[in-house]
Amino acid sequence: MSPSATGSDATLGGARFGDRLFKAALTLTALAVPVLLGFLVFELWAGSREAIGEFGLGFLTSSEWDPVEGRFGALPLIFGTVVSSALALLIAVPLSLGVAIFLTEFAPMRIRGPVSFLIELLAAIPSVVYGLWGIFVMIPFLRATVFPFLKDTLGFLPFFQGPIYGPGMLSAAIILAIMVMPYIMSVSREVLLAVPNTQREAALALGATRWEALTGAVLPYARSGIIGAVILGLGRALGETMAVTMVIGNRHEIAASLFAPGYTMAAAIANEFAEAVENIHLSALSYVALTLFVVTVLINAAARLLIWRVAQGGGGKSA
Amino acid sequence: MADAAVRIATERLSAMYGKSTAVKDVTLSFAANRVHALIGPSGCGKSTFLRAMNRMHELTPGGWITGRVLLDGQDVYAPGVNPMQLRRRVGMVFQKPTPFPTMSIFDNVAAGLRVGQRRPKAELAETVEQALRGAALWDEVKDRLATSAVALSGGQQQRLCVARTIAPQPEVILLDEPTASLDPQGTQRIEELLFTLKQTFTIIIVTHNMQQAARVSDTTTFFYLGGMVETGATRQLFTSPAREETEAYITGRFG
Repeated sequence: MSPSATGSDATLGGARFGDRLFKAALTLTALAVPVLLGFLVFELWAGSREAIGEFGLGFLTSSEWDPVEGRFGALPLIFGTVVSSALALLIAVPLSLGVAIFLTEFAPMRIRGPVSFLIELLAAIPSVVYGLWGIFVMIPFLRATVFPFLKDTLGFLPFFQGPIYGPGMLSAAIILAIMVMPYIMSVSREVLLAVPNTQREAALALGATRWEALTGAVLPYARSGIIGAVILGLGRALGETMAVTMVIGNRHEIAASLFAPGYTMAAAIANEFAEAVENIHLSALSYVALTLFVVTVLINAAARLLIWRVAQGGGGKSA
Repeated sequence: MADAAVRIATERLSAMYGKSTAVKDVTLSFAANRVHALIGPSGCGKSTFLRAMNRMHELTPGGWITGRVLLDGQDVYAPGVNPMQLRRRVGMVFQKPTPFPTMSIFDNVAAGLRVGQRRPKAELAETVEQALRGAALWDEVKDRLATSAVALSGGQQQRLCVARTIAPQPEVILLDEPTASLDPQGTQRIEELLFTLKQTFTIIIVTHNMQQAARVSDTTTFFYLGGMVETGATRQLFTSPAREETEAYITGRFG
Protein backbone atom coordinates (compact mmCIF):
# COMPACT_ATOMS: atom_id res chain seq x y z
CA MET A 1 0.00 0.00 0.00
CA SER A 2 1.90 3.03 -1.14
CA PRO A 3 -0.30 5.60 -2.95
CA SER A 4 0.04 9.19 -1.77
CA ALA A 5 -2.57 10.65 0.55
CA THR A 6 -4.31 12.68 -2.14
CA GLY A 7 -4.26 9.79 -4.58
CA SER A 8 -5.91 7.45 -2.12
CA ASP A 9 -8.47 10.12 -1.23
CA ALA A 10 -9.41 10.39 -4.85
CA THR A 11 -9.83 6.63 -5.19
CA LEU A 12 -11.90 6.51 -2.05
CA GLY A 13 -14.19 9.27 -3.34
CA GLY A 14 -14.51 7.46 -6.66
CA ALA A 15 -15.22 4.21 -4.90
CA ARG A 16 -17.97 5.85 -2.90
CA PHE A 17 -19.76 6.98 -6.04
CA GLY A 18 -19.09 3.66 -7.74
CA ASP A 19 -20.45 1.80 -4.74
CA ARG A 20 -23.63 3.85 -4.78
CA LEU A 21 -24.11 3.26 -8.47
CA PHE A 22 -23.44 -0.44 -8.04
CA LYS A 23 -25.85 -0.67 -5.14
CA ALA A 24 -28.57 1.13 -7.10
CA ALA A 25 -28.08 -1.18 -10.08
CA LEU A 26 -28.27 -4.26 -7.89
CA THR A 27 -31.35 -2.96 -6.11
CA LEU A 28 -33.02 -2.48 -9.48
CA THR A 29 -32.27 -6.03 -10.60
CA ALA A 30 -33.46 -7.39 -7.27
CA LEU A 31 -36.67 -5.39 -7.52
CA ALA A 32 -37.25 -6.72 -11.01
CA VAL A 33 -38.06 -10.16 -9.63
CA PRO A 34 -41.04 -9.27 -7.41
CA VAL A 35 -42.26 -6.78 -10.02
CA LEU A 36 -42.20 -9.45 -12.73
CA LEU A 37 -43.96 -11.85 -10.40
CA GLY A 38 -46.60 -9.19 -9.71
CA PHE A 39 -47.19 -8.65 -13.44
CA LEU A 40 -47.40 -12.38 -13.98
CA VAL A 41 -50.08 -12.83 -11.35
CA PHE A 42 -51.95 -9.79 -12.61
CA GLU A 43 -51.93 -11.04 -16.20
CA LEU A 44 -53.11 -14.47 -15.14
CA TRP A 45 -55.85 -12.94 -13.10
CA ALA A 46 -56.88 -10.53 -15.85
CA GLY A 47 -56.93 -13.35 -18.39
CA SER A 48 -59.04 -15.58 -16.21
CA ARG A 49 -61.46 -12.90 -15.00
CA GLU A 50 -64.22 -14.07 -17.31
CA ALA A 51 -63.89 -17.69 -16.18
CA ILE A 52 -63.64 -16.68 -12.52
CA GLY A 53 -66.84 -14.67 -12.91
CA GLU A 54 -68.60 -17.55 -14.66
CA PHE A 55 -67.49 -20.52 -12.51
CA GLY A 56 -66.13 -19.02 -9.30
CA LEU A 57 -64.37 -21.39 -6.96
CA GLY A 58 -66.59 -24.18 -8.24
CA PHE A 59 -64.11 -24.38 -11.11
CA LEU A 60 -61.69 -26.11 -8.76
CA THR A 61 -64.15 -28.84 -7.76
CA SER A 62 -65.90 -29.48 -11.05
CA SER A 63 -64.85 -32.29 -13.36
CA GLU A 64 -66.67 -31.06 -16.41
CA TRP A 65 -64.69 -29.91 -19.42
CA ASP A 66 -66.93 -29.13 -22.37
CA PRO A 67 -65.62 -26.46 -24.74
CA VAL A 68 -68.67 -26.83 -26.97
CA GLU A 69 -71.13 -26.02 -24.20
CA GLY A 70 -68.64 -23.65 -22.59
CA ARG A 71 -68.56 -25.46 -19.25
CA PHE A 72 -65.24 -25.95 -17.55
CA GLY A 73 -63.84 -27.45 -14.34
CA ALA A 74 -60.23 -28.10 -13.39
CA LEU A 75 -60.45 -30.87 -10.81
CA PRO A 76 -59.15 -33.67 -13.08
CA LEU A 77 -56.24 -31.44 -14.07
CA ILE A 78 -55.35 -30.63 -10.48
CA PHE A 79 -55.71 -34.30 -9.61
CA GLY A 80 -53.50 -35.29 -12.54
CA THR A 81 -50.78 -32.78 -11.67
CA VAL A 82 -50.67 -33.72 -8.00
CA VAL A 83 -50.90 -37.47 -8.52
CA SER A 84 -48.38 -37.70 -11.36
CA SER A 85 -45.87 -35.56 -9.43
CA ALA A 86 -46.36 -37.44 -6.17
CA LEU A 87 -45.97 -40.79 -7.91
CA ALA A 88 -42.91 -39.54 -9.75
CA LEU A 89 -41.30 -38.56 -6.43
CA LEU A 90 -42.28 -41.91 -4.93
CA ILE A 91 -40.29 -43.60 -7.67
CA ALA A 92 -37.47 -41.09 -8.07
CA VAL A 93 -36.58 -40.26 -4.45
CA PRO A 94 -35.46 -43.73 -3.29
CA LEU A 95 -33.63 -44.30 -6.57
CA SER A 96 -31.81 -40.98 -6.59
CA LEU A 97 -30.98 -41.17 -2.89
CA GLY A 98 -29.64 -44.67 -3.40
CA VAL A 99 -27.45 -43.52 -6.26
CA ALA A 100 -26.25 -40.45 -4.35
CA ILE A 101 -25.38 -42.54 -1.27
CA PHE A 102 -23.63 -45.13 -3.40
CA LEU A 103 -21.61 -42.47 -5.20
CA THR A 104 -20.52 -40.63 -2.05
CA GLU A 105 -20.06 -43.47 0.41
CA PHE A 106 -19.47 -46.75 -1.30
CA ALA A 107 -18.47 -46.51 -4.97
CA PRO A 108 -14.81 -46.90 -5.93
CA MET A 109 -13.18 -43.48 -6.32
CA ARG A 110 -12.52 -43.78 -10.04
CA ILE A 111 -16.14 -44.42 -11.06
CA ARG A 112 -17.65 -41.64 -8.88
CA GLY A 113 -16.86 -38.78 -11.26
CA PRO A 114 -17.92 -40.42 -14.53
CA VAL A 115 -21.17 -41.82 -13.13
CA SER A 116 -22.31 -38.52 -11.60
CA PHE A 117 -21.39 -36.75 -14.84
CA LEU A 118 -23.52 -39.16 -16.85
CA ILE A 119 -26.48 -38.73 -14.53
CA GLU A 120 -26.19 -34.96 -14.67
CA LEU A 121 -26.17 -35.22 -18.47
CA LEU A 122 -29.70 -36.64 -18.23
CA ALA A 123 -30.81 -33.23 -16.99
CA ALA A 124 -29.66 -31.65 -20.24
CA ILE A 125 -31.93 -33.70 -22.51
CA PRO A 126 -34.87 -31.62 -23.84
CA SER A 127 -38.19 -32.79 -22.50
CA VAL A 128 -39.66 -33.33 -25.96
CA VAL A 129 -36.96 -35.95 -26.49
CA TYR A 130 -38.04 -37.66 -23.30
CA GLY A 131 -41.59 -37.54 -24.62
CA LEU A 132 -40.67 -39.15 -27.91
CA TRP A 133 -38.60 -41.78 -26.16
CA GLY A 134 -41.58 -42.36 -23.90
CA ILE A 135 -43.93 -42.92 -26.81
CA PHE A 136 -41.67 -45.10 -28.93
CA VAL A 137 -39.62 -46.99 -26.39
CA MET A 138 -40.89 -46.75 -22.84
CA ILE A 139 -44.61 -47.18 -23.37
CA PRO A 140 -44.36 -50.24 -25.66
CA PHE A 141 -42.03 -51.80 -23.13
CA LEU A 142 -44.26 -51.00 -20.15
CA ARG A 143 -47.37 -52.16 -21.98
CA ALA A 144 -45.79 -55.47 -22.89
CA THR A 145 -44.08 -56.31 -19.60
CA VAL A 146 -44.40 -54.13 -16.52
CA PHE A 147 -48.08 -53.21 -16.69
CA PRO A 148 -49.38 -56.78 -17.21
CA PHE A 149 -47.14 -57.90 -14.37
CA LEU A 150 -48.51 -55.20 -12.06
CA LYS A 151 -52.03 -56.11 -13.08
CA ASP A 152 -51.46 -59.79 -12.39
CA THR A 153 -49.77 -59.33 -9.01
CA LEU A 154 -51.39 -56.20 -7.60
CA GLY A 155 -54.62 -56.31 -9.58
CA PHE A 156 -56.70 -56.57 -6.40
CA LEU A 157 -55.90 -52.90 -5.76
CA PRO A 158 -58.07 -50.38 -7.61
CA PHE A 159 -54.91 -48.65 -8.86
CA PHE A 160 -53.95 -51.54 -11.10
CA GLN A 161 -57.28 -52.48 -12.64
CA GLY A 162 -58.95 -51.80 -15.96
CA PRO A 163 -57.67 -51.84 -19.51
CA ILE A 164 -54.03 -51.13 -20.24
CA TYR A 165 -53.76 -48.46 -22.91
CA GLY A 166 -50.13 -47.59 -22.59
CA PRO A 167 -50.35 -43.84 -22.27
CA GLY A 168 -51.73 -42.97 -18.84
CA MET A 169 -51.05 -41.71 -15.36
CA LEU A 170 -48.42 -44.32 -14.51
CA SER A 171 -46.53 -43.80 -17.77
CA ALA A 172 -46.45 -40.07 -17.08
CA ALA A 173 -45.26 -40.64 -13.51
CA ILE A 174 -42.46 -42.91 -14.69
CA ILE A 175 -41.22 -40.50 -17.32
CA LEU A 176 -41.40 -37.69 -14.77
CA ALA A 177 -39.44 -39.80 -12.33
CA ILE A 178 -36.71 -40.32 -14.89
CA MET A 179 -36.65 -36.60 -15.61
CA VAL A 180 -36.41 -35.39 -12.00
CA MET A 181 -33.90 -38.06 -10.91
CA PRO A 182 -30.81 -36.20 -12.10
CA TYR A 183 -31.79 -33.13 -10.09
CA ILE A 184 -32.52 -34.96 -6.88
CA MET A 185 -29.46 -37.16 -7.33
CA SER A 186 -26.95 -34.43 -8.00
CA VAL A 187 -28.20 -32.09 -5.28
CA SER A 188 -28.34 -34.92 -2.71
CA ARG A 189 -24.85 -35.91 -3.76
CA GLU A 190 -23.56 -32.39 -3.16
CA VAL A 191 -25.28 -32.32 0.20
CA LEU A 192 -23.79 -35.67 1.23
CA LEU A 193 -20.36 -34.56 0.08
CA ALA A 194 -20.73 -31.51 2.29
CA VAL A 195 -21.18 -33.64 5.41
CA PRO A 196 -17.90 -33.26 7.30
CA ASN A 197 -15.83 -36.41 7.34
CA THR A 198 -15.44 -35.96 11.10
CA GLN A 199 -19.12 -36.92 11.46
CA ARG A 200 -18.53 -40.22 9.66
CA GLU A 201 -15.38 -40.87 11.63
CA ALA A 202 -17.00 -40.04 14.95
CA ALA A 203 -19.64 -42.69 14.29
CA LEU A 204 -17.17 -45.24 12.98
CA ALA A 205 -14.87 -44.66 15.98
CA LEU A 206 -17.79 -45.65 18.22
CA GLY A 207 -17.81 -49.02 16.51
CA ALA A 208 -20.62 -48.24 14.08
CA THR A 209 -20.80 -50.18 10.83
CA ARG A 210 -20.79 -48.13 7.64
CA TRP A 211 -24.55 -48.59 7.48
CA GLU A 212 -24.96 -47.33 11.05
CA ALA A 213 -22.65 -44.40 10.36
CA LEU A 214 -24.74 -43.56 7.30
CA THR A 215 -28.16 -43.78 8.91
CA GLY A 216 -27.08 -42.51 12.33
CA ALA A 217 -24.75 -39.66 11.44
CA VAL A 218 -24.50 -38.81 7.74
CA LEU A 219 -28.14 -38.81 6.64
CA PRO A 220 -29.44 -36.93 9.71
CA TYR A 221 -26.77 -34.29 9.17
CA ALA A 222 -27.77 -33.96 5.51
CA ARG A 223 -31.54 -34.24 5.93
CA SER A 224 -32.58 -30.63 5.38
CA GLY A 225 -30.44 -30.49 2.26
CA ILE A 226 -31.93 -33.73 1.01
CA ILE A 227 -35.45 -32.41 1.54
CA GLY A 228 -34.36 -29.37 -0.47
CA ALA A 229 -33.25 -31.67 -3.27
CA VAL A 230 -36.61 -33.46 -3.25
CA ILE A 231 -38.43 -30.14 -3.43
CA LEU A 232 -36.36 -29.09 -6.39
CA GLY A 233 -37.45 -32.32 -8.07
CA LEU A 234 -41.05 -31.73 -7.08
CA GLY A 235 -40.96 -28.28 -8.62
CA ARG A 236 -39.72 -29.75 -11.89
CA ALA A 237 -42.38 -32.47 -11.84
CA LEU A 238 -45.26 -30.09 -11.16
CA GLY A 239 -44.40 -27.82 -14.03
CA GLU A 240 -43.22 -30.34 -16.61
CA THR A 241 -45.36 -30.04 -19.71
CA MET A 242 -44.14 -31.49 -22.97
CA ALA A 243 -43.06 -35.00 -21.99
CA VAL A 244 -46.14 -35.44 -19.81
CA THR A 245 -48.63 -34.42 -22.44
CA MET A 246 -47.02 -36.88 -24.84
CA VAL A 247 -47.52 -39.89 -22.58
CA ILE A 248 -50.37 -39.19 -20.15
CA GLY A 249 -53.25 -39.77 -22.55
CA ASN A 250 -54.79 -36.29 -22.23
CA ARG A 251 -58.27 -37.07 -20.96
CA HIS A 252 -60.21 -34.87 -18.53
CA GLU A 253 -61.07 -37.67 -16.16
CA ILE A 254 -60.33 -38.78 -12.65
CA ALA A 255 -59.73 -42.52 -12.59
CA ALA A 256 -58.62 -44.70 -9.74
CA SER A 257 -56.59 -46.86 -12.07
CA LEU A 258 -53.09 -45.67 -12.82
CA PHE A 259 -53.31 -47.34 -16.22
CA ALA A 260 -56.12 -44.96 -17.22
CA PRO A 261 -55.34 -41.78 -19.16
CA GLY A 262 -55.32 -38.52 -17.28
CA TYR A 263 -54.30 -34.92 -17.76
CA THR A 264 -52.28 -32.30 -15.95
CA MET A 265 -52.71 -28.55 -15.72
CA ALA A 266 -49.53 -27.79 -17.62
CA ALA A 267 -50.32 -30.35 -20.31
CA ALA A 268 -53.87 -29.06 -20.81
CA ILE A 269 -52.70 -25.47 -21.22
CA ALA A 270 -50.04 -26.45 -23.75
CA ASN A 271 -52.42 -28.66 -25.72
CA GLU A 272 -55.53 -26.54 -25.85
CA PHE A 273 -54.29 -23.00 -25.96
CA ALA A 274 -53.65 -22.99 -29.70
CA GLU A 275 -57.02 -24.59 -30.44
CA ALA A 276 -59.17 -22.55 -28.11
CA VAL A 277 -61.33 -20.11 -30.05
CA GLU A 278 -64.05 -19.16 -27.60
CA ASN A 279 -63.16 -16.45 -25.11
CA ILE A 280 -64.49 -18.49 -22.21
CA HIS A 281 -62.28 -21.44 -23.21
CA LEU A 282 -59.21 -19.20 -23.30
CA SER A 283 -60.19 -17.67 -20.03
CA ALA A 284 -60.71 -21.09 -18.46
CA LEU A 285 -57.20 -22.08 -19.53
CA SER A 286 -55.88 -18.89 -17.98
CA TYR A 287 -57.74 -19.83 -14.82
CA VAL A 288 -56.03 -23.24 -14.95
CA ALA A 289 -52.67 -21.47 -15.23
CA LEU A 290 -53.52 -19.31 -12.22
CA THR A 291 -54.50 -22.45 -10.31
CA LEU A 292 -51.24 -24.15 -11.28
CA PHE A 293 -49.36 -21.10 -10.07
CA VAL A 294 -51.18 -21.11 -6.74
CA VAL A 295 -50.79 -24.88 -6.26
CA THR A 296 -47.07 -24.64 -7.00
CA VAL A 297 -46.59 -21.74 -4.61
CA LEU A 298 -48.56 -23.54 -1.88
CA ILE A 299 -46.59 -26.76 -2.24
CA ASN A 300 -43.28 -24.92 -2.26
CA ALA A 301 -44.29 -22.88 0.78
CA ALA A 302 -45.23 -26.06 2.62
CA ALA A 303 -41.92 -27.59 1.63
CA ARG A 304 -39.98 -24.52 2.81
CA LEU A 305 -41.81 -24.75 6.10
CA LEU A 306 -40.82 -28.38 6.36
CA ILE A 307 -37.13 -27.60 5.74
CA TRP A 308 -37.31 -24.80 8.25
CA ARG A 309 -38.87 -27.05 10.86
CA VAL A 310 -36.30 -29.76 10.24
CA ALA A 311 -33.43 -27.27 10.37
CA GLN A 312 -34.81 -25.92 13.66
CA GLY A 313 -34.45 -29.38 15.14
CA GLY A 314 -30.70 -28.95 14.80
CA GLY A 315 -28.65 -30.42 12.06
CA GLY A 316 -26.39 -29.54 9.26
CA LYS A 317 -26.93 -26.56 7.12
CA SER A 318 -28.49 -27.25 3.79
CA ALA A 319 -26.20 -26.76 0.85
CA MET B 1 4.70 -46.66 38.47
CA ALA B 2 6.82 -49.11 36.57
CA ASP B 3 5.26 -52.52 36.68
CA ALA B 4 1.71 -51.95 35.52
CA ALA B 5 0.38 -54.50 33.04
CA VAL B 6 0.68 -53.68 29.36
CA ARG B 7 -2.76 -52.91 27.93
CA ILE B 8 -1.95 -52.13 24.33
CA ALA B 9 1.27 -52.44 22.40
CA THR B 10 2.62 -52.13 18.89
CA GLU B 11 5.22 -54.35 17.27
CA ARG B 12 7.16 -52.91 14.33
CA LEU B 13 4.08 -51.00 13.29
CA SER B 14 4.33 -49.08 10.04
CA ALA B 15 1.42 -47.13 8.55
CA MET B 16 1.27 -46.10 4.93
CA TYR B 17 -0.84 -43.91 2.67
CA GLY B 18 -0.53 -45.61 -0.69
CA LYS B 19 3.20 -45.63 -1.34
CA SER B 20 4.23 -43.04 1.23
CA THR B 21 5.07 -44.14 4.74
CA ALA B 22 3.74 -42.03 7.61
CA VAL B 23 4.83 -44.23 10.51
CA LYS B 24 7.97 -46.39 10.37
CA ASP B 25 8.60 -49.47 12.43
CA VAL B 26 7.33 -48.34 15.81
CA THR B 27 7.46 -50.76 18.72
CA LEU B 28 5.88 -49.36 21.86
CA SER B 29 3.89 -50.61 24.80
CA PHE B 30 1.37 -48.72 26.88
CA ALA B 31 0.73 -49.69 30.50
CA ALA B 32 -2.80 -49.86 31.82
CA ASN B 33 -4.22 -46.95 33.84
CA ARG B 34 -1.64 -44.47 32.71
CA VAL B 35 -1.74 -41.39 30.55
CA HIS B 36 0.66 -41.70 27.64
CA ALA B 37 1.53 -38.63 25.61
CA LEU B 38 2.71 -38.70 22.00
CA ILE B 39 4.54 -35.52 21.02
CA GLY B 40 6.36 -34.35 17.94
CA PRO B 41 6.18 -31.72 15.19
CA SER B 42 3.35 -31.66 12.64
CA GLY B 43 3.52 -34.48 10.14
CA CYS B 44 5.66 -36.68 12.36
CA GLY B 45 3.14 -39.50 12.18
CA LYS B 46 1.80 -39.39 15.72
CA SER B 47 -1.85 -39.02 14.68
CA THR B 48 -1.52 -41.74 12.06
CA PHE B 49 0.06 -43.97 14.69
CA LEU B 50 -2.92 -43.31 16.96
CA ARG B 51 -5.41 -44.05 14.19
CA ALA B 52 -3.65 -47.30 13.35
CA MET B 53 -4.28 -48.55 16.87
CA ASN B 54 -8.08 -48.68 16.54
CA ARG B 55 -7.99 -49.42 12.82
CA MET B 56 -9.32 -46.02 11.80
CA HIS B 57 -6.27 -45.57 9.58
CA GLU B 58 -7.49 -48.19 7.11
CA LEU B 59 -10.66 -46.15 6.50
CA THR B 60 -8.60 -43.43 4.86
CA PRO B 61 -8.37 -44.16 1.12
CA GLY B 62 -5.02 -45.81 0.50
CA GLY B 63 -4.35 -46.47 4.18
CA TRP B 64 -2.62 -49.74 5.11
CA ILE B 65 -0.22 -51.04 7.73
CA THR B 66 2.41 -53.64 8.43
CA GLY B 67 3.36 -54.96 11.84
CA ARG B 68 1.08 -55.75 14.75
CA VAL B 69 -1.05 -53.98 17.33
CA LEU B 70 -1.67 -56.07 20.43
CA LEU B 71 -4.64 -55.34 22.67
CA ASP B 72 -4.36 -57.46 25.81
CA GLY B 73 -1.91 -59.61 23.90
CA GLN B 74 -4.18 -60.20 20.88
CA ASP B 75 -3.33 -58.88 17.44
CA VAL B 76 -6.13 -56.52 16.40
CA TYR B 77 -5.14 -56.92 12.75
CA ALA B 78 -5.39 -60.71 12.86
CA PRO B 79 -7.84 -62.18 10.37
CA GLY B 80 -11.24 -62.66 11.94
CA VAL B 81 -11.01 -59.59 14.16
CA ASN B 82 -14.03 -57.37 13.65
CA PRO B 83 -12.83 -53.74 13.50
CA MET B 84 -16.24 -52.55 14.76
CA GLN B 85 -15.85 -54.67 17.89
CA LEU B 86 -12.30 -53.41 18.31
CA ARG B 87 -13.38 -49.77 18.12
CA ARG B 88 -15.86 -50.37 20.90
CA ARG B 89 -12.91 -51.43 23.06
CA VAL B 90 -10.54 -48.71 21.87
CA GLY B 91 -12.44 -45.42 21.82
CA MET B 92 -11.34 -42.20 20.18
CA VAL B 93 -11.79 -38.46 20.75
CA PHE B 94 -10.97 -36.13 17.88
CA GLN B 95 -9.28 -32.79 17.55
CA LYS B 96 -12.49 -30.88 16.95
CA PRO B 97 -15.57 -31.68 19.01
CA THR B 98 -17.78 -33.85 16.82
CA PRO B 99 -21.20 -34.00 18.47
CA PHE B 100 -23.96 -35.32 16.21
CA PRO B 101 -25.86 -32.11 15.55
CA THR B 102 -29.28 -33.66 14.99
CA MET B 103 -29.18 -35.58 18.26
CA SER B 104 -29.93 -34.45 21.78
CA ILE B 105 -27.27 -34.46 24.47
CA PHE B 106 -28.64 -37.75 25.77
CA ASP B 107 -28.71 -39.38 22.35
CA ASN B 108 -25.18 -38.25 21.64
CA VAL B 109 -23.86 -40.02 24.70
CA ALA B 110 -26.04 -43.03 23.98
CA ALA B 111 -24.91 -43.23 20.33
CA GLY B 112 -22.09 -45.65 21.07
CA LEU B 113 -24.41 -47.78 23.18
CA ARG B 114 -26.91 -48.10 20.38
CA VAL B 115 -24.58 -49.58 17.79
CA GLY B 116 -24.20 -53.31 17.67
CA GLN B 117 -26.71 -54.30 20.30
CA ARG B 118 -29.91 -53.12 21.97
CA ARG B 119 -29.95 -52.30 25.64
CA PRO B 120 -32.88 -51.84 28.00
CA LYS B 121 -33.96 -48.23 28.46
CA ALA B 122 -33.27 -48.03 32.19
CA GLU B 123 -29.77 -49.35 31.74
CA LEU B 124 -29.21 -46.85 28.95
CA ALA B 125 -30.24 -43.89 31.11
CA GLU B 126 -28.00 -45.04 33.92
CA THR B 127 -24.99 -45.55 31.67
CA VAL B 128 -25.49 -42.15 30.04
CA GLU B 129 -25.58 -40.49 33.45
CA GLN B 130 -22.43 -42.30 34.56
CA ALA B 131 -20.63 -41.32 31.35
CA LEU B 132 -21.64 -37.68 31.75
CA ARG B 133 -20.49 -37.72 35.36
CA GLY B 134 -17.27 -39.37 34.25
CA ALA B 135 -16.72 -36.56 31.76
CA ALA B 136 -17.49 -33.92 34.44
CA LEU B 137 -20.42 -32.64 32.41
CA TRP B 138 -23.41 -34.03 34.31
CA ASP B 139 -24.04 -31.02 36.54
CA GLU B 140 -24.02 -28.67 33.57
CA VAL B 141 -26.41 -30.62 31.36
CA LYS B 142 -28.59 -32.77 33.62
CA ASP B 143 -31.56 -30.42 33.25
CA ARG B 144 -31.40 -30.26 29.48
CA LEU B 145 -30.51 -33.76 28.33
CA ALA B 146 -33.18 -33.60 25.64
CA THR B 147 -31.89 -30.40 24.04
CA SER B 148 -29.59 -30.22 21.06
CA ALA B 149 -25.92 -30.91 21.63
CA VAL B 150 -24.77 -28.07 19.39
CA ALA B 151 -26.02 -25.47 21.88
CA LEU B 152 -23.16 -26.42 24.20
CA SER B 153 -19.89 -24.46 24.25
CA GLY B 154 -16.85 -25.89 22.49
CA GLY B 155 -15.36 -27.14 25.73
CA GLN B 156 -18.63 -28.73 26.79
CA GLN B 157 -18.98 -30.33 23.36
CA GLN B 158 -15.55 -31.88 23.72
CA ARG B 159 -16.42 -33.24 27.18
CA LEU B 160 -19.63 -34.55 25.62
CA CYS B 161 -17.50 -36.40 23.09
CA VAL B 162 -15.43 -37.79 25.96
CA ALA B 163 -18.67 -38.93 27.62
CA ARG B 164 -19.77 -40.52 24.34
CA THR B 165 -16.44 -42.31 24.08
CA ILE B 166 -16.40 -43.67 27.63
CA ALA B 167 -20.09 -44.66 27.72
CA PRO B 168 -19.53 -48.07 26.07
CA GLN B 169 -16.72 -48.65 28.62
CA PRO B 170 -13.76 -49.13 26.34
CA GLU B 171 -10.42 -50.25 27.71
CA VAL B 172 -8.30 -47.71 25.88
CA ILE B 173 -9.10 -44.10 24.98
CA LEU B 174 -7.20 -42.44 22.16
CA LEU B 175 -7.27 -38.65 22.15
CA ASP B 176 -6.06 -36.86 19.04
CA GLU B 177 -5.15 -33.32 20.12
CA PRO B 178 -8.38 -33.05 22.11
CA THR B 179 -7.75 -29.49 23.29
CA ALA B 180 -6.43 -28.01 20.04
CA SER B 181 -9.66 -26.14 19.36
CA LEU B 182 -10.50 -25.21 22.96
CA ASP B 183 -9.89 -22.08 25.03
CA PRO B 184 -7.61 -22.27 28.11
CA GLN B 185 -10.49 -22.96 30.44
CA GLY B 186 -11.87 -25.79 28.29
CA THR B 187 -8.35 -27.15 27.98
CA GLN B 188 -7.93 -27.18 31.73
CA ARG B 189 -11.18 -29.06 32.26
CA ILE B 190 -10.12 -31.76 29.82
CA GLU B 191 -6.69 -32.05 31.42
CA GLU B 192 -8.21 -32.42 34.87
CA LEU B 193 -10.51 -35.04 33.47
CA LEU B 194 -7.59 -37.19 32.34
CA PHE B 195 -6.47 -37.68 35.94
CA THR B 196 -9.76 -39.22 36.93
CA LEU B 197 -10.21 -41.13 33.69
CA LYS B 198 -6.92 -42.95 34.00
CA GLN B 199 -8.18 -44.76 37.06
CA THR B 200 -10.53 -46.64 34.76
CA PHE B 201 -8.99 -46.41 31.32
CA THR B 202 -5.69 -46.51 29.53
CA ILE B 203 -5.20 -43.16 27.87
CA ILE B 204 -3.06 -42.25 24.89
CA ILE B 205 -3.06 -38.57 23.97
CA VAL B 206 -1.51 -36.90 20.95
CA THR B 207 -0.62 -33.32 21.69
CA HIS B 208 1.23 -30.42 20.13
CA ASN B 209 1.54 -28.76 23.45
CA MET B 210 4.60 -29.84 25.39
CA GLN B 211 3.46 -28.21 28.61
CA GLN B 212 0.31 -30.26 28.32
CA ALA B 213 2.26 -33.46 27.86
CA ALA B 214 4.39 -32.58 30.87
CA ARG B 215 1.32 -31.78 32.98
CA VAL B 216 -0.92 -34.71 32.23
CA SER B 217 1.12 -37.71 31.20
CA ASP B 218 2.99 -40.47 32.96
CA THR B 219 5.02 -41.47 29.94
CA THR B 220 5.93 -39.49 26.85
CA THR B 221 7.00 -40.65 23.42
CA PHE B 222 8.68 -38.34 20.97
CA PHE B 223 7.96 -38.92 17.28
CA TYR B 224 9.98 -37.39 14.50
CA LEU B 225 9.77 -37.97 10.73
CA GLY B 226 7.49 -40.97 11.16
CA GLY B 227 9.76 -42.76 13.56
CA MET B 228 9.77 -43.14 17.31
CA VAL B 229 12.80 -41.29 18.64
CA GLU B 230 12.53 -41.71 22.36
CA THR B 231 10.09 -42.94 24.96
CA GLY B 232 10.18 -42.91 28.71
CA ALA B 233 8.76 -41.56 31.94
CA THR B 234 7.55 -38.04 31.28
CA ARG B 235 9.67 -36.38 33.93
CA GLN B 236 12.79 -38.07 32.73
CA LEU B 237 12.14 -37.34 29.08
CA PHE B 238 11.58 -33.68 29.75
CA THR B 239 14.45 -33.20 32.22
CA SER B 240 17.16 -35.39 30.79
CA PRO B 241 16.31 -36.61 27.31
CA ALA B 242 18.63 -39.26 25.97
CA ARG B 243 18.54 -38.12 22.38
CA GLU B 244 19.69 -34.88 20.90
CA GLU B 245 16.59 -34.45 18.65
CA THR B 246 14.33 -34.82 21.68
CA GLU B 247 16.18 -32.14 23.55
CA ALA B 248 16.14 -29.85 20.53
CA TYR B 249 12.38 -30.29 20.19
CA ILE B 250 11.41 -29.88 23.82
CA THR B 251 13.61 -26.83 24.22
CA GLY B 252 11.85 -25.30 21.25
CA ARG B 253 14.69 -25.32 18.76
CA PHE B 254 12.39 -26.71 16.07
CA GLY B 255 8.87 -27.98 15.60
